[in-house]
Amino acid sequence: MRASGELGWGADLQGGEPYVYESPTQPGVIIGFEVDIADALARELGVRAKFHQNDWSNLVPSLERGDFDVALNGLEDTPARRARLRLSRPYFVYGETLAVRAGSPLHALAQLRGRRIGTLNQTVAQDLLQAQHAEVVLYEGQQEPYMDLAHGRVEGVLLDHVIADRYGCAQPGLQCVKQDLARGTYVIGMRPADVDLATRVDAALSRLIENGELRRILEHWRLWDARQEELGARAPVAAPSASATVVPSTAASANTSVSSTEPAAASARSLSAAQLWLFVQGALITILISVCAFGLALPLGVLLAVARSHGGRVSRALATAYVELFRGTPVLLQLYVLYYGLSSVVRFGPLQAAVLGLGLNYAAYEAEVHRGALAALPRGQAEAASSLGLSRFQVLRHVLLPQSLRIALPALTNDFVALLKDSSLVSVITVVELTKRMTIVAVELRDWVVPGLLCASMYFAMSFPLSRLSLWLERRYQGA
Amino acid sequence: MIRITRLRKAFAGHSVLAGIDATVEEGKIVALLGASGSGKSTLLRCLNGLETFDAGALEVAGFALQPGAHDPRTLHALRAKVGMVFQEFHLFSHLSVLDNVTLAPRVARGTARARAEAHARELLAEVGLSERANAMPRQLSGGQKQRVAIARALAQGVNVLLLDEPTSALDPELREEVREVLRRVARGAHSTSGAGLTILLVTHEHALAHELADEIWTLSAGKIEGVLRPGARP
Repeated sequence: MRASGELGWGADLQGGEPYVYESPTQPGVIIGFEVDIADALARELGVRAKFHQNDWSNLVPSLERGDFDVALNGLEDTPARRARLRLSRPYFVYGETLAVRAGSPLHALAQLRGRRIGTLNQTVAQDLLQAQHAEVVLYEGQQEPYMDLAHGRVEGVLLDHVIADRYGCAQPGLQCVKQDLARGTYVIGMRPADVDLATRVDAALSRLIENGELRRILEHWRLWDARQEELGARAPVAAPSASATVVPSTAASANTSVSSTEPAAASARSLSAAQLWLFVQGALITILISVCAFGLALPLGVLLAVARSHGGRVSRALATAYVELFRGTPVLLQLYVLYYGLSSVVRFGPLQAAVLGLGLNYAAYEAEVHRGALAALPRGQAEAASSLGLSRFQVLRHVLLPQSLRIALPALTNDFVALLKDSSLVSVITVVELTKRMTIVAVELRDWVVPGLLCASMYFAMSFPLSRLSLWLERRYQGA
Repeated sequence: MIRITRLRKAFAGHSVLAGIDATVEEGKIVALLGASGSGKSTLLRCLNGLETFDAGALEVAGFALQPGAHDPRTLHALRAKVGMVFQEFHLFSHLSVLDNVTLAPRVARGTARARAEAHARELLAEVGLSERANAMPRQLSGGQKQRVAIARALAQGVNVLLLDEPTSALDPELREEVREVLRRVARGAHSTSGAGLTILLVTHEHALAHELADEIWTLSAGKIEGVLRPGARP
């Protein structure tokens, strides 16, 4: 805790309802049950709570860096976290809730082997699914997995009941399995060295539980249920094994330890051969998406450039509108719209949407490159060709485009390399490409250096030969 | 043959061709002299439809052109019979010498490649560039480029050849090789066995005009100021 009398707490506002989110009626005001808990906690500690916005998947590294005092944002108690951080006693008991489409026979963990199941990255649910050898589809937001479930892109979604109740179970066509598939707790994360803070936080939480303040807060947010009765019993956990429990479908009370895929070793682990292979697969996905997207962007860009520089008034206006629209809005937004926004009209698979989104976006840039290259050609080339009787199309096809493509070549290579790297954006629509793979492995290994360098070297290995090829082509075309 | 009737053309209100009446008979060579801006090049460009005109009428190689936009089909047919050579050559820089010459016959006229290439090689031999058929334009001197451009303009078997200052962009020492080719083309035009090639040559070179032309027109302020007929040829 800082000497300033503040308890700095880190959480992510994005998609944070009901945890931590911006009030829809009072912009700029942050509300949520964790806001109330943080405030109550700070009061008990005799300080003021100060919120720090932080990307959820990076809460732990930011805490370790010292950006804030505690991480308080639906942090699940897992052996891996326990090995890395100092965790408080629980302030909330969650149930892993399986949402399926109405009529689906899926209702237990053991049935999920080989099934396509959505969840959020770095959650206990992810570990549970991987332990069952389900095909795990990772999402960044809480609404998207349920949209994909409704549209048939996944067969089920396994997430905490807080999220499932709010975003999934009530959706038409979806239903939630009544019994929790597993149960776990939310805890407050602190740096291992902050022993004193941890003791005081635990004491404060205990008081909040005993004097009914925590219950009052949870009731206010309509989160108090039978599960929370366990809170009093779940005193500060000493043994790392009792962190989360799988609830067998027959008896909701049996306490079986979660067989997390990760051992609870405190030391950093090294990259395994299997992970290396996953990296290679990620790189192949990156190449596949980039090549296909550029294969779409290039001809479409040429078409748009020709329409803009040689077309009639209507085609000129349409092409200009296309370029301005796709160049003037973020590609991330375009990917969201394509994958989620249009999913009730056209349902693209993640790879299709990725290729289409990047391809359509890059076509706008290629259009400008080719328009510039066409404009750079001497006017006499077109005149000489038409004076020989070539039609306007033949002039373009045989005289102008072959020359403008050569002029555009360095810019094209440039754009392809940029696309190679921009392809990492498609992780928002559940495609696990190279960068996403890197972040997953980095979190698993608790090391960003080795996976980061490996990832960087793979991108470099893809882009460097391209720039050499481009140079070679340029020299070949321009002559010695 | 070329028939020009009361031809008028203005750029942004500025009159460039101010009513031209003239005829070039089939198989004749006419040289156009005149100061820069007198309308020589514009007249030439009107004759193959690169420019439209405001008033009057043109008849070129049997095709009639009217004021305003031209019909693409008429232009396509006309340009098979009317070749043009530019001051700055405008060779297609991505194509070899041979491909520069065969492009239009193959693409615009659908001539088979083998036939187009055989004809192109004959033309290249006539302009003295048989050896450079596979060279790229950037490997040629200015004089060689212009000779390729002449072969390219002739490749479709044209009846009318329009030459727009074909030697002006060249260093003086390179001009003679182009003049020599022009003499050969002119002899072809004048020979009885020739296909009756009609030539309109815009030039600044008075000596060349006197040597080659049956008639010399002097253009000034968009009008033909004088017509000169050099003496009978030997």
